[in-house]
Amino acid sequence: MMKKYLLDFLVSENLKLNDKSFLLRLAYEGILPEILPGQFVEIRVDNSNMVFLRRPVSVHDVDYQNNELSLLIQVVGQGTRKLSELKVGDTLNIIVPLGNSFTFPSEKQKELFLIGGGVGIAPLLYLGRILCDKKYKVNFLLGGKTKQELVRLASFEKYGKVYLTTEDGSTGEKGFVTQHSVLTKHKIDKIYTCGPTPMMKAVANYAQKNNIDCEASLENKMACGIGACLCCVTETKEGHKCVCSEGPVFNTNDLKW
Amino acid sequence: MVDLKVNIGNLELKNPVMSASGTFGYGSEFTDFIDISRLGGIIVKGTTIHAREGNPYPRMAETPSGMLNAVGLQNRGVDYFINKIYPSIADINTNIIINVSGSSIEEYIAAAEKINELDKIPAIELNISCPNVKQGGMGFGTSCVSAAEVVKEVRKAYKKTLIVKLTPNVTNISEIALAVESEGADSVSLINTLLGMAIDAETQKPILSTVTGGLSGPCVKPVALRMVWQVSKAVKIPVVGLGGIMNATDAIEFFLAGATAIQIGTANFIDPTVTIKVIEGIQVYLERHQCSSVNDIIGALK
Repeated sequence: MMKKYLLDFLVSENLKLNDKSFLLRLAYEGILPEILPGQFVEIRVDNSNMVFLRRPVSVHDVDYQNNELSLLIQVVGQGTRKLSELKVGDTLNIIVPLGNSFTFPSEKQKELFLIGGGVGIAPLLYLGRILCDKKYKVNFLLGGKTKQELVRLASFEKYGKVYLTTEDGSTGEKGFVTQHSVLTKHKIDKIYTCGPTPMMKAVANYAQKNNIDCEASLENKMACGIGACLCCVTETKEGHKCVCSEGPVFNTNDLKW
Repeated sequence: MVDLKVNIGNLELKNPVMSASGTFGYGSEFTDFIDISRLGGIIVKGTTIHAREGNPYPRMAETPSGMLNAVGLQNRGVDYFINKIYPSIADINTNIIINVSGSSIEEYIAAAEKINELDKIPAIELNISCPNVKQGGMGFGTSCVSAAEVVKEVRKAYKKTLIVKLTPNVTNISEIALAVESEGADSVSLINTLLGMAIDAETQKPILSTVTGGLSGPCVKPVALRMVWQVSKAVKIPVVGLGGIMNATDAIEFFLAGATAIQIGTANFIDPTVTIKVIEGIQVYLERHQCSSVNDIIGALK
């Protein structure tokens, strides 16, 4: 288990990407601890009586040179709304890094598909960059309700081929990620997925039918984030496991999906 | 230098700050953030004679200034604790106290007997107040007769310090406290969580898989303070106060209300260093009020 730190970060950028999503860039004054792809942070949301617990957010990208990390966040409730209102220079108290990480492909697994839906695309950028650096063939298959939901595409394109689906057909192929034609044409050795649970279950189902190794990053509701409260459990073949400390990444074969 | 030592029966705490069961794991979850041996005590996760999977997800709902949980005593059972956990935590230089729960009196006794044999566990906290299990748990803690009965039987099996954790989900908590005191409890701790509920208006469904759950956090502090105040006036044994303590000021309020020691629970989720901050804050308060010992303010409400 990696050592966890309780650190104050400064907001260096808060970029609105569409009506719901924003990109937070956070700078640490010291040396940023190592963060692996798939890991997350727990952010304390200050100045709100309605937001009591920290908010778990996956790491979108890491910049060790500038000791910065990026978070791609969607406004879903009062906590994320508060975070969307942060200004450059504001301080954020964060626990980092949390959870396990995506695992590297085996030697035989060359063609990788990183399949994300909605804001679940967030951790796939950092994963894709690391895999690209290590010379794997990275393919991103990203789905959203509409074109507006699919953000940060230029960044994804730097590290792999990008395939898109939208439910309304406004960009990419119309439908869900699991309906994209690339899945029938392309060799796939390993899948990494993150997004809404129904989408991940469909991806896991596709992977199982086609005998493809598949890892999913879960985002159950959490309190502590460090394996103490046992609130965020998911059912696995070995019983309840904490998504925060034994996940968030699970091999989908181990989940009772 | 002020004296932070307090006594719970025969148990001496180096300071009156403990972690509450179910919020601090086995302590090891917090060692990246603090030196856990600085605590007065660590009350480890509720332990039962047999392993329990706990309740289905979702088990947690955030509420204004607090949260509901319905974990349901997930744990691997007392033998797993003894074989796998105990060896790694026994030598931590603080009081490691085990929270013990059960579905029947026999289960409580069986777990207590096994823990009685562990040299480095000086006390148990008998949980007769968990609101999230179908059998046992809170059922024992809501009537004087059943609370007295389970404490009487466990008292025979357990020779060291016996703290009994009480539920606030009763009409008169002082009566329950008196009942367990008369059966030999060395101390009572209160409050466990308040039974509550959360609903998602959009889906028109309950948020928790169990519908109801236990409410904790600063929203319960006024209830907890009131009950600690009432119970400490009713019983002679020391009272351990908990419920929504977020900082040293909150802790001081519990001492003034009559608590000899306090536990910090839900606050650990927001600030994993809070226990140490509370210890330091108590010290600063006592110095500022020219007290030589924390005992000077216990029950000192004017």
